[in-house]
Amino acid sequence: MLCDICHKNIATVHLTEIINDKVVEMHICQNCTKAKTQELKENLTIPELLTGLIDTNETHKKEVPLKCEFCGLTYADFKKKARFGCGRCYSVFKVQIMPLLKKIHGSLTYTGKSGINMQKDLFSNSVKELKVRLERAIKLEEYEEAARLRDELKKLEQKEKLSR
Amino acid sequence: MFEELLNNKDTWLSGKGPFSEIIFSSRVRLARNFSDYPFPLRATTIQKEKILKSIESVYTKVSNLKNVIFLRMEEVSEIDRQFLLERHLISQEHMRAAKGKGLILSLDEKIALMINEEDHLRMQAMASGFDLKKCWETINTIDDSMAQFVNFSFMPNLGYLTSCPTNAGTALRASCMLHLPALTFTKRINKVLELLAKISFATRGFFGEGTQALGDFFQISNQISLGLSEPEVIDNLAGVVNQVKEQEIDAREILLKKHKLGLEDNVWRSFGILRNCRLVSSKEALSHLSILSLGLDLGIINSISRELLNNLFIIIQPAHLQKIEARVLREGERDFIRAQIIREKLNGI
Repeated sequence: MLCDICHKNIATVHLTEIINDKVVEMHICQNCTKAKTQELKENLTIPELLTGLIDTNETHKKEVPLKCEFCGLTYADFKKKARFGCGRCYSVFKVQIMPLLKKIHGSLTYTGKSGINMQKDLFSNSVKELKVRLERAIKLEEYEEAARLRDELKKLEQKEKLSR
Repeated sequence: MFEELLNNKDTWLSGKGPFSEIIFSSRVRLARNFSDYPFPLRATTIQKEKILKSIESVYTKVSNLKNVIFLRMEEVSEIDRQFLLERHLISQEHMRAAKGKGLILSLDEKIALMINEEDHLRMQAMASGFDLKKCWETINTIDDSMAQFVNFSFMPNLGYLTSCPTNAGTALRASCMLHLPALTFTKRINKVLELLAKISFATRGFFGEGTQALGDFFQISNQISLGLSEPEVIDNLAGVVNQVKEQEIDAREILLKKHKLGLEDNVWRSFGILRNCRLVSSKEALSHLSILSLGLDLGIINSISRELLNNLFIIIQPAHLQKIEARVLREGERDFIRAQIIREKLNGI
């Protein structure tokens, strides 16, 4: 039996791997075994595992933020019509649209009037709002943002307890 | 509906106010959205109805909204909607698919709040002549007052969030309508428009659709709404409008100096045509009215009043003619009625 990898030498090692729930048998020669065990070892290190996870999440990540869960608008829809579906779209498509806003307005710094109801908004809605944002941040593995949101949420909940 | 508007004398269309011989009117618009609903283009009929109802339940408590009417667009007939469009109280977009759309209109036509247009609220204040500040103060008060009842979609770093990214930030659009016949006549207008575009100001025709500026009326507005405060946006526009006004005055002086006879000939010919025509399209009528209006500004003709002339600009539009006649007019018939109305008005003086 020839080696499954190099197809040159006689296979002496018989390896059974489970890949995507399927049992795969491999017959490998001495030389290729060395290379393969090296690969296996590396695969088992934690950073390697994480990269693998992040990689799968990367492709995942590209899909998740491209759709606004609140209004259902996809980034493709936005690109077609250049209209947002709701206010949350601005956060969901943030990375994609910031350059666009900069291009349109030449600035990304708001200096207009502050919404009078902002304060009210912070106290009434934001625990719910923050939780949604926190969940999303965790989903997207934006841990820094998630940590920030968690702290903000804690503070707010304490504040609300006190005011009660 | 709206018959009384036809006789409104003191609206923003009256042609009074500062520098009104060149700057016909001023307008400031703010766009706002409810934070808990998708924007109108993505909202369901039920959601739009909820927004409409919540505004209906609070608008009487909002400051500056006295003597207003609340309308559901689906209850407004098509001709009346066209009529409102011709008076620049609603937009093209607001004409279409009336379900779920609303309008709060002050009886002096100086305030118009479109509900569920592209944004949940498009609040506009108008004034005749050059008076952006007054418009801003009016609409700012309404906005502050409205914000006590409604949670607007807002992000501290980006400001007010709107359906179109070009409106985000202050969501403020200020505009002035200018009558620029001399710049058009001397062909300097193209240079002016080019320069305006370069410094991020938009220009478009006031009458008709698209970019064609019928009757030499141009609407100049700001394009940038993020990075500047509201007073800055308004000051910048005011500065630019003032410049264009000066350019028009210059061009008028040159016309008077170099082409006086030709100009006089044009003015009187237009007067003659309008007083005698039996069929006239709105395009032709607008162009003669424009020349007549210039003749009035330059003292070539003085037997007609500005008020009458400004009124003619508006009432010769199709839906207005039909409101005056109180019946539906076929397209060919309109040119006949238009000519008749213009003759009556101009010969009755």
